[in-house]
Amino acid sequence: MNRTLYGNLIFELSKKGRKGYSLPQNYDRTHSTSELPEALRRGEAARLPECDELTVVRHYTNLSHNNFGVNDGFYPLGSCTMKYNPVINEEIAAMKAFAGLHPLQPAETCQGALEVYYNLQQSLAELAGLSEFTLNPCAGAHGELTGLMVIRAYHESRSDESRTKVLIPDSAHGTNPASAAICGLEVVEVKSLPDGTVDVEHLSQLLDEAGSQVAAMMMTNPNTLGIFEPRVLEITEMVHKAGGLMYYDGANLNALLGECRPGDMGFDVMHINLHKTFATPHGGGGPGSGPVGVRKGLEPFLPTPRVVFNEKDKLFCVNTAATPLATTAHDDSADASALGSVGSFLGNFGVMLKAYAYILTLGRENVKNVGPLATLNANYIKERLRDDYLLPIEGLCKHEVVFDGLADKSTDVTTMDVAKRLLDYGYHAPTIYFPLLFHESLMIEPTENESKETIDAFIDVMHTIANEAKSDPELVKTAPHNTPIGRVDDVLAAKHPVTTYWKSLEG
Amino acid sequence: MANFESGLRYSESHEYVRVEGEYGYIGISDYAQHALGNIVYVDMPEVDDEVTAGDEFGAVESVKAASDLIAPVSGTVVEVNEALEDEPELLNKDAFGNWIIKVQLSDPSELDNLMDVEAYRKHCEQ
Repeated sequence: MNRTLYGNLIFELSKKGRKGYSLPQNYDRTHSTSELPEALRRGEAARLPECDELTVVRHYTNLSHNNFGVNDGFYPLGSCTMKYNPVINEEIAAMKAFAGLHPLQPAETCQGALEVYYNLQQSLAELAGLSEFTLNPCAGAHGELTGLMVIRAYHESRSDESRTKVLIPDSAHGTNPASAAICGLEVVEVKSLPDGTVDVEHLSQLLDEAGSQVAAMMMTNPNTLGIFEPRVLEITEMVHKAGGLMYYDGANLNALLGECRPGDMGFDVMHINLHKTFATPHGGGGPGSGPVGVRKGLEPFLPTPRVVFNEKDKLFCVNTAATPLATTAHDDSADASALGSVGSFLGNFGVMLKAYAYILTLGRENVKNVGPLATLNANYIKERLRDDYLLPIEGLCKHEVVFDGLADKSTDVTTMDVAKRLLDYGYHAPTIYFPLLFHESLMIEPTENESKETIDAFIDVMHTIANEAKSDPELVKTAPHNTPIGRVDDVLAAKHPVTTYWKSLEG
Repeated sequence: MANFESGLRYSESHEYVRVEGEYGYIGISDYAQHALGNIVYVDMPEVDDEVTAGDEFGAVESVKAASDLIAPVSGTVVEVNEALEDEPELLNKDAFGNWIIKVQLSDPSELDNLMDVEAYRKHCEQ
């Protein structure tokens, strides 16, 4: 909060009996709290703050000024692809013709919207090198779960129910094992080599031991260290040979966008985070969107509803029935293998509009620059910071670079301290203490959006902090100093969180 | 920097065992608590639970990360350090003084698979 009157808690600004509203007298006495069971009735009035309207407005305006987003400054949060969200996307999504639609209105009355939806399904399939996409999942992890359910349904359709294991590299995002567990599958960890890539020999050993029980392997490529998996083709071939499917976690797709495609690497199922790779809002509730794509042959296992184009009537329609299993031998199990719905209606349509606007704004000729420019920016930062920050993995990184804290370990200044000090200089901190492979991970992802001037200014500040760590370590260890709140006590917050206001509102 | 205590047996995943007769006191090393940072929660098994060498028997959660506890030896849990329920930070204050569980060893020969302090120190320096 700000150190001003209006930066106080709204409860602290409360004055008994003060109001910013007046309500008409209630003549409708047909409903009364006495109709509620005793156990559900409040014994005393709720202790709500009482303020005049101007105080309320100033308090919340103050709060909003304490927010920090991509529109406020550089936001190099590794693994999150915090892209700029172009204004044109917001304008299009806000158009009355889209925003006023009802999900249950007849398809003939919203052909334009359905065409956009259909085109986005097709565009994502082309960009990913896969056959079909569902846009229903509402977030990345929701996409992971949906993708794993697709994989499970595929194995079950072949009566191969012994495949209950999912191979996941130890460097994976925590959502991968969580999604597998929620899907009722067993997680088996695949080790990493010292350079952070998958230990293919260990994978081979796991497949030799229990290949017939492997439902799938989940992989992020480039991996969570921002390194492209050089043996990805070999890995997908090995898993396929054992009868398992390959799942691609789209978290780091930005590095590859327009350069290469998961489908071409042998992946069978994947999700895309529209709120990362396709420039829709990320964080602050988004909302997100995690479309799931599959290779040819797996389409019948995708959830419904989907938007399809009826060639005969030349109409886009919402298809709630499963796609017939025309491509497989089990025609009779068409309905049984469909997952049904995984969310409400067609998913977060507003987000899809923004993603489609982004794709069309870039166009085919520019989309191929996204991955290379994101990669160039990350490598530029890597090379310019490597004297001051410990670079644990040599060679080219992709869209993000991981340092293992400061190069000079004699100062006792940690990655946490560096991150806190960055706040003083007006930057959002990078991702810290992830990936877990290093003790002092500091993961920077600049995205392709940033100008050289912005990146240079950030690099200068990182140099300054490295120098401060030597000349005045205490300054860094007690940072931040210029923010409304100083160093937060993480331990106290984790062990004794106080989330309600209990002080008396009297007075 | 981290302390290393001699006379204990260490695992690659940074647990130690202090052997006293047929019992083993299992905890995490000073190096481990240092790497984890401020510990805010310790998830422990219950008395009479069986633990198996190489399998997880609980977890420690710090402000940085949650980490599984891997049993260095097999046995039956005869006591858990209940003080850690309210004061998990004891592990940060004195990792070797605050063991997590006490087990009755079912196969003392497993101790031979663990490292002595010198080998463990080298393991940490890698």
